[in-house]
Amino acid sequence: MTAAIELRAASRAFGTVVALDSISLAVAPGEFFALLGPSGSGKTTCLRLIAGFDRADSGEVLLGGVDVTDVPPFDRNVNTVFQDYALFPHMSVAENVAYGLKVRGVNAAERRRRAGEMLELVRLGAYGDRRPAQLSGGQRQRVALARALINQPHVLLLDEPLGALDLKLREEMQAELKALQQRLGITFVFVTHDQGEALSMADRVAVFSQGRIEQLDTPRALYNRPRTAFVASFVGSANVVEDAFAERLTGRRQAFAIRPELVEIVAAGDAAPEGAVRCEGTLEDVLYHGASSRCHVRVDGGPVLAVARAETAAPPGAELRQGARVSLAWRPEHAVMLEAQ
Amino acid sequence: MRSERRRRDWNGPSTGAKLAAALGLLFLHAPVWVIVLYAFTTEDRTYRFPPPGLTLRWFEVAFARPDIWAAMKLSLQVAGLATLAALVLGTLAALALAKRPFRGKDQITLLFVLPIALPGILTGLALLTGIRKAGFEPGFWTIVAGHATFCLVIVYNNVIARLRRLPDSWVEASMDLGADGFQTFRHVVLPQIATALLAGGMLAFALSFDEIIVTLFTAGHEETLPIWFYNELFRPRERPVTNVVAVIVILVTLVPILLAYWLTRPDEHAGS
Repeated sequence: MTAAIELRAASRAFGTVVALDSISLAVAPGEFFALLGPSGSGKTTCLRLIAGFDRADSGEVLLGGVDVTDVPPFDRNVNTVFQDYALFPHMSVAENVAYGLKVRGVNAAERRRRAGEMLELVRLGAYGDRRPAQLSGGQRQRVALARALINQPHVLLLDEPLGALDLKLREEMQAELKALQQRLGITFVFVTHDQGEALSMADRVAVFSQGRIEQLDTPRALYNRPRTAFVASFVGSANVVEDAFAERLTGRRQAFAIRPELVEIVAAGDAAPEGAVRCEGTLEDVLYHGASSRCHVRVDGGPVLAVARAETAAPPGAELRQGARVSLAWRPEHAVMLEAQ
Repeated sequence: MRSERRRRDWNGPSTGAKLAAALGLLFLHAPVWVIVLYAFTTEDRTYRFPPPGLTLRWFEVAFARPDIWAAMKLSLQVAGLATLAALVLGTLAALALAKRPFRGKDQITLLFVLPIALPGILTGLALLTGIRKAGFEPGFWTIVAGHATFCLVIVYNNVIARLRRLPDSWVEASMDLGADGFQTFRHVVLPQIATALLAGGMLAFALSFDEIIVTLFTAGHEETLPIWFYNELFRPRERPVTNVVAVIVILVTLVPILLAYWLTRPDEHAGS
């Protein structure tokens, strides 16, 4: 099957800053794809290359198998939902939504009908005559969505689509976007710095760091089998044990990551489960999070490791006092070996 | 401490400051009112104060004189054409220089605004030399070209200030939705800079309308309104006619300047 989007060794530099360093990736048709990374990692530049707002210094961009490297944005079958929504303030909501039809010469009656349909799709049917300034942030975002979808693009790009919304609205929109994508069957590519968002919405995630893709995988694989220390600690939280200390624990000189929820605190003196990796340390602090609490333990002669303990599983917490001596244990198969960087 | 401070704020500025402000305004505006007053005087050779009597006769005289109408018409034509040229060229320059960085951009930007700081007499001299060297005779079109030089700066400054506040994403969104460069300008950029164009255009028009220095250098036998005024000073007869024309000029220039001021108020919501 032809990829909906393909980048081949695409590079882009701004002055001496390399924003994208020879990126290659392929997004399948109908896929919900996330570009995840901290700010400045190149994820937005990558999106802009696909949209056509920016041009790669070298490499190619293909849409549906066609090379569009030199095609301007208005001739690409791709539409974008902007981070600031970019609604035109001098047009009504309906005019904003119909804009893509207007510039393509669709007649006024047809424009009105289809803009109405799109507004119904995002549940804003009654708001067509308002100005964007009269809408809430969540409503503006839905207008931006309707406007981007009216041209029936093959690919919808979303730049930090939920960044400007508050937490509750963001969770609602996550579910709504996911449902919309499944209903329309369009390829969605969205940029985010929020790993939770990427994990919960995307089919696959490309993790960016310093202009490169660190790992491209399904959310589950990213979480369970991070390949590098960066991915391990950026996607969820992880204890990364550097190779020197790893050698003392496992006899193998290779860094590994272990998730806090997979580390157990064993009361001193208790026998550890059979075959477990075990180390001793001092409890530095306990942070209570409601459903779980998080303990930081300084391992003797080694790093501080985080341990997440579900409240239900934990023995009475009173035993865990700051400065207490504890043993940590985890199953060796839960530790994920990391590639050297 | 706090309440004392608040009380002082509440009292407003001191009497001295108010007096100074009043004197400053008087100094700025009194001469204008004197001009207006003598448009109505019955005495036609000297400006005696107070005027011996008031009459509307000079308006009649002024309206009957063809040289005034000719000068007025010429000035309006020159200002109109210079403004039009400035609107087109100034907007194009602003569009080119507003966003994307390129080599030499800062220098070009400076070169664009520099003419406004250049003394008119230098602009005039340079233009005259240039016009003659290029083999043109000074005349109507050279006046228009001369005026366009400083009008362009006004329009450019107004438009570029507005363009810099225009988020890049609006233009990108328009292109993304299928609009080419021209459609994007027409449907998205132009509505956003319309008031800036109107304000810049009116200021430019007002500047051109009363310009004399550059005009003296670039005109042939043409007599724009300011030149007509200047020549009129040497004719001792029917002095109040000059004042009548001055009153008309004040009205013609005041309206666009007030409108421009109103359109570019900082509290306006751009485009709404």
